[in-house]
Amino acid sequence: MEKNTDIKSILTLHGLDLPVIRKGSGPQILMLHGGDGPVSHLPFVEQLAERYEIIQPIHPGFAGSPIPEHFDNLQDLIFLYLDLIDSLDLRETVLMGFSMGGWLAAEIAVMNTRRFSRLVLVDSVGIKPGGPFDRDIADVFAISHAEQIKIGWHDPSEAPDPASMTDDELEILAASRIAHGLYTWEPFMHNPKLPYRLHRIDIPTLLIWGEGDGIVTPGYGEALRDMIPGARMTVIPKAGHFPQIEQPEAFVKHFLDFAKSTSQ
Amino acid sequence: MRTWFFTEDAYPNLPDAESYESIRVNLPNKHFDPDTGADLYHMYLDMWCAADEMGLDIMNNEHHQTATCMLPAAPIVLGILARETKRARLLILGNPITNRKQPIRVAEEMAIIDVISRGRLECGFVRGVPYEIAPSNAFPYRGTEKLWEAHDLIMKAWTHHEGPFNFEGRWFHARQVNIWPRPYQQPHPPVWVTMGSAGSAAQVAQRKHVGAVFLAGYPNIRRLFDGYREGYLQAHGEEAPLERLACAALIYVADDEKRAHEGAEKLLWYLSSNKVAPQFNNPPGYHPPQVAANIMRGPRPGESDRRDPRVDVQMARGNLFAGTPDQVFQQIKKFWEYSGGFGNLLMMGQAGFMTMEETLSSMKLFTEEVYPRLKELTGSYDSGAMKELRASQPDVENVDVSAFASEFVR
Repeated sequence: MEKNTDIKSILTLHGLDLPVIRKGSGPQILMLHGGDGPVSHLPFVEQLAERYEIIQPIHPGFAGSPIPEHFDNLQDLIFLYLDLIDSLDLRETVLMGFSMGGWLAAEIAVMNTRRFSRLVLVDSVGIKPGGPFDRDIADVFAISHAEQIKIGWHDPSEAPDPASMTDDELEILAASRIAHGLYTWEPFMHNPKLPYRLHRIDIPTLLIWGEGDGIVTPGYGEALRDMIPGARMTVIPKAGHFPQIEQPEAFVKHFLDFAKSTSQ
Repeated sequence: MRTWFFTEDAYPNLPDAESYESIRVNLPNKHFDPDTGADLYHMYLDMWCAADEMGLDIMNNEHHQTATCMLPAAPIVLGILARETKRARLLILGNPITNRKQPIRVAEEMAIIDVISRGRLECGFVRGVPYEIAPSNAFPYRGTEKLWEAHDLIMKAWTHHEGPFNFEGRWFHARQVNIWPRPYQQPHPPVWVTMGSAGSAAQVAQRKHVGAVFLAGYPNIRRLFDGYREGYLQAHGEEAPLERLACAALIYVADDEKRAHEGAEKLLWYLSSNKVAPQFNNPPGYHPPQVAANIMRGPRPGESDRRDPRVDVQMARGNLFAGTPDQVFQQIKKFWEYSGGFGNLLMMGQAGFMTMEETLSSMKLFTEEVYPRLKELTGSYDSGAMKELRASQPDVENVDVSAFASEFVR
């Protein structure tokens, strides 16, 4: 019997149709995907869905959904999800974000944490610890696909390969890249104001990082960790920017340990 | 037909192309030798001055971080030509206003050139090619909307003479706008905009600006020019005048076919040199998803490459006109008739390693032996006759160029 079947529903929030993938049952995780798009059938999702209900909105523009006419940057996504959180009346929910979705999760958490029990940031972007000439976050829009794979993956054979995609899949990928650019273009992948706001996060926070991440290194993760009161960080070996995909067992274990811990 | 002499101001003295990833964006500028560059700038300025003396008009353009074009600030060179030339009209095609942060600055620069030249400026606005995105760091999504918003602001800055106004658009903001100088030409210099699709052509036509196309060739020219003509007719209730349409082509004229072929080969450096890394050719938001997906996939087996740099291929596509004066006239005439007609020919007459002497030799033959016949051709334009002629010719991707060699040998 198939377990953890996806339910994809459309939530209408103030006139905007937002597709949301729901999976599993139990305490809720609001899962915010990264620039690579939503995930649902990967092992880490299946494993989490055995104990949790995963609520994963598809950021407008990703996975074939349209970019709303008034959308200009990540700010629009933050406010859309504040509406989503109210609409679903989330309580005691785990807020989890990957890469760009981690940045988004941090932005939401600095607004207000009262609906969340914990925050999990995975290989997140969002801050700029270095100076103007420092390349804190790899310029992923200006490097070749091969280079992206090299710096993003511990095992490049795990990476999705556009050469094996159908025309429709490629077109969705191309459209998702537009949305990724829209949300992250300038300032590139970060909000200069975020470091002045991260002190507001008052829930247990875990950063999970791939040891070999060359897009945002573990050193970058440590800088982010140090800005969030009481946050802990765990580094997963043999993983790049996507530890949840390359090392799902380790990823889920670290998360579950964190979820059942009683203090920070 | 007006002919505009154009060179992209290449810096061709480069290491083996195998040694670098891309001629655009990331080719280190240690390969630019300032002394060689100075010689080249002066040579190109001399070419434009020669065009002025020969009776051709002048066009220049702008690209950034590339050895294919040493003009990241085209208005500076056009400003020199405003002073150095006496007669030619001066076309910049164009200002990449989608990527520029300050439209008012563009309005000001253009006004200076127009005033110094005593009203010889023709001002182009372009969205720019995809490899301009990285150097400008302008997110290219909704680029067409940005172009028209910047355009509206510039037009108002040029034509509003009663003191300051404010502008608060979606993309651009300006306060207390009141440019000094204002343009010489009233109400404003002629405006040109490049067209990449029938839809974008209609937007240019609605504003009665000159619509220009590059390397459209036989496969695309009708779609683009028809888009313009239909948009013009719908918006204004009359047919688009010929002088509202412009077409760019590589042109080399020589006394004999062998030398013409050699010249054509040199011009095609423009295509053969254009090695671009995929990430700069496909920034997110520049192309619609379907086009971006095609680029990500790469060419399908058997798919033709529109930038194939072979002489016969580009002649057949209608992007390159080369031969004796008779041959070149016939090639242009055939394309002109196929296209439904246009009033401006943008003549890329120099590229790559082509010398001053080789360039002037072709320009001279063109001016003396081809140009008068082209003027006669457009002078005899009759829209009814043109429609009949066009209807008699089916759409084609290529033409048979072998015919030119046999039928029109001088």
